[in-house]
Amino acid sequence: MGDVLVFAEHNGGHFPKTTLIAVNAGLEMARKRGGQAIAVVTGDNASGPAAEIAKYGVSKVIVLEDPRLANDLADAAAQALAGLAKSVNAETILTTATALGKDLMPRLAAKLNAPMASEIIAINDDGTMIRPMYAGNVLATIELEGPVRVVTVRGTAFDAAKPGDTVAPVEKVTPELDPAGLKMEFVAFNAIKSDRPQLTEARIVVSGGRGLKSGENFKTVLEPLVDEMGAAMGASRAAVDAGFVPNDLQVGQTGKVVAPELYVAVGISGAIQHLAGMKDSKTIVAINKDEEAPIFGVADFGLVADLFKAVPEMVEELKKVKH
Amino acid sequence: MKIVVPVKRVPDPATTIRVLPDGSGIATDNVKFVINPFDEIAIEEGLRLKEKHGGEVALISVGQTNWQEQLRTGLAMGADRAILIKNEQALDTFAIARVIAKVVEDEKPDLVMIGKQAIDDDSNQIGQMIAELLGWPQATFASKVEIANGKCTVVREADGGLQTIAFQLPAVITTDLRLNEPRYASLPGIMKARKKPLKELAVDSLGVDLTPKLKIRTMSAPPKREAGRKVASVEELVAVLHTEAKVI
Repeated sequence: MGDVLVFAEHNGGHFPKTTLIAVNAGLEMARKRGGQAIAVVTGDNASGPAAEIAKYGVSKVIVLEDPRLANDLADAAAQALAGLAKSVNAETILTTATALGKDLMPRLAAKLNAPMASEIIAINDDGTMIRPMYAGNVLATIELEGPVRVVTVRGTAFDAAKPGDTVAPVEKVTPELDPAGLKMEFVAFNAIKSDRPQLTEARIVVSGGRGLKSGENFKTVLEPLVDEMGAAMGASRAAVDAGFVPNDLQVGQTGKVVAPELYVAVGISGAIQHLAGMKDSKTIVAINKDEEAPIFGVADFGLVADLFKAVPEMVEELKKVKH
Repeated sequence: MKIVVPVKRVPDPATTIRVLPDGSGIATDNVKFVINPFDEIAIEEGLRLKEKHGGEVALISVGQTNWQEQLRTGLAMGADRAILIKNEQALDTFAIARVIAKVVEDEKPDLVMIGKQAIDDDSNQIGQMIAELLGWPQATFASKVEIANGKCTVVREADGGLQTIAFQLPAVITTDLRLNEPRYASLPGIMKARKKPLKELAVDSLGVDLTPKLKIRTMSAPPKREAGRKVASVEELVAVLHTEAKVI
């Protein structure tokens, strides 16, 4: 009754914060639905990670191990998860809306003939949920009908689960994979290498916009500030659109949603679509030469200045504060 | 190569959205409607594939009569024909995916190209659902698409990097921002679009179960974030972050 299957995404055995958030949201959902939270770990080598996630408060961990699940391809993963969801009679299948969660969960929903809610930010006691729409300008209270439903949660809306004293039992289940339904082939993954914190995990995020004028300026002007603050680097859609930085850095409605303790927007005007990705940050700083820029409407502290002067100055000031 | 592009009519992304006082929906008076920007990228990619490999680009919408406007815009960009599945009722994402999948079954294209997300409901579901309903491979969040000898290779925007996957057609591809820059409709394009076929079908004629399983009970505006204050210098900024906000 009311059991929740949490898809525990891992990256070669490492669980990102977004997975611990999914576990915590799954625990909350299970509590409110009178069921248990079960974590499921998939991959060609999933047993090691399964033992790790077993410490985070779930009732059970299920391992779906198969070489064909190695690269999280949506057709294989949806098959395996749908088979498991049916066999354990799960009511909700849930994960965080990461790139993988967004790719996989709608396919799983269709396979289970189930409705799906994307990026919910709250679970109500009456079974309804709240999700943002229209770039966060509308909060909709929704309900999902049927014996099975699929949910992704927004990473910024739930805390990460913490390890406890108990370790849940780990059970290995042979995944059901029909070879006729496996049509996708993994070719390559080109990782963007960075020593900086992940955007969705960082305490401080420094983002640049079109005001930076070039990719080169991201490197020479913005990055020293990013590194001085020990921050993750983000960017507006306009900066990604202009080819200054990779899409992986995009903060906004159609990129990543972040809510760090400190968000510094540099040369970003504050289009609706960007605000959707950062307006829940605890403290927001905006540096922009246009004093009418909408970003100042959400900033706690605004500085009207030429960023090419202000940013290097800020790096120097920060050094003083540190010493 | 035959390409089907599902198209959604959405409020212009620059529009400020207001919730109706009774929470039943959003105010639509004085709101300009456009093609969902990611669907525009899908149309553009379809046109480029057609220009390279030959074939046709057909648009599908599930909506009301006024959705013709966006379909005509897509035709003016260069699509060959359009189908409007006329519907007046509130459908959930899965019902819309089932309707589109049914039409795609009849159309038998090589490729369905669709925006990764509609910028109104922000669900990011339809493409993946269509792929599953048809039993086709899917490549979401595409930033590069190459097709040779019926085999398609797609570079995808993933967390932490770019993933490349490959599959045989037919398939569903959902488009991300960097895939291309959509063309504008030219004046001759707009003239031609008036004569291109735009077929209308009643949604009830498709025999698809339309019962919504996702229901919106009410809508509300989020709490508004108050603007703070301006600081006069970098020195002051760093000082308030240190002593007042205590974040550095």
